[in-house]
Amino acid sequence: MNAKFRSPLHQAKGWGSAKSGTGHFWWQRVTAVILALLVPYIVFLLASIGGADADSLRATIAKPWNAIIFTVFAIALFWHAKLGLQVVIEDYIHDRAMHLALRILLILGSLVGLLSAIYAIARIAMTA
Amino acid sequence: MAHHDKRPLSPFMLGQTYRLQITSTMSLLHRATGVLLAFAAFGFSWWIMSIALGGGYAECATAVTSSVLGKIALFLISLALMYHLFNGIRHLAWDAGFGFRIPQVYASGYTVLALTVVSTLILWFVAMSGGAA
Repeated sequence: MNAKFRSPLHQAKGWGSAKSGTGHFWWQRVTAVILALLVPYIVFLLASIGGADADSLRATIAKPWNAIIFTVFAIALFWHAKLGLQVVIEDYIHDRAMHLALRILLILGSLVGLLSAIYAIARIAMTA
Repeated sequence: MAHHDKRPLSPFMLGQTYRLQITSTMSLLHRATGVLLAFAAFGFSWWIMSIALGGGYAECATAVTSSVLGKIALFLISLALMYHLFNGIRHLAWDAGFGFRIPQVYASGYTVLALTVVSTLILWFVAMSGGAA
């Protein structure tokens, strides 16, 4: 039978669900709430010490609560950014090869950005 | 992803068949600032890694953030961040089911714009007076 006589519902039936459900929506909101709570603190902390030398920057970041807050911030930041950029790619990149390449690049890039931030925070916390 | 017909898709509707207004402009800005901030996140990683490594790396990072070009970039990032923060809270309120009446949507929109400007100015007042910048 010609595909154009089939309803969109019929074409979708039998393929099963994508298995992720509302996960994307939910984690985008959870990370948004975490960031909304942490961004004011981080931003005003950085604004008040931004012009300081590297040693006093390290001393501030190395404080236990700051090191933990920065780590949680970095996780929520890259997770939220990954989810957001994924939607942008899904919306605008329709070429399948380019779409898949960008989706994989996004995952790898987010991991590199996040892990390097966590490594740096840990290094500051342990050495400052 | 597959295209079965030649209907115009969202970004190409703007300007031709769809008139931009404060609601759609702010929605567009939320996405645009989000993309900018996602790239800025990598700048944060680079900055904190440079501070962690110390020595020449830290000097380089401090030179960048205290340069005129660096300050302009930081100002634009902070403006985008404040906008995305307040408009994000507006989105969370919508997700919770609040503020859907059109006058409310406009009022919250203008509130977000005002808070963006005010908070960015306060932030830079703190940076310029409190810090050694």
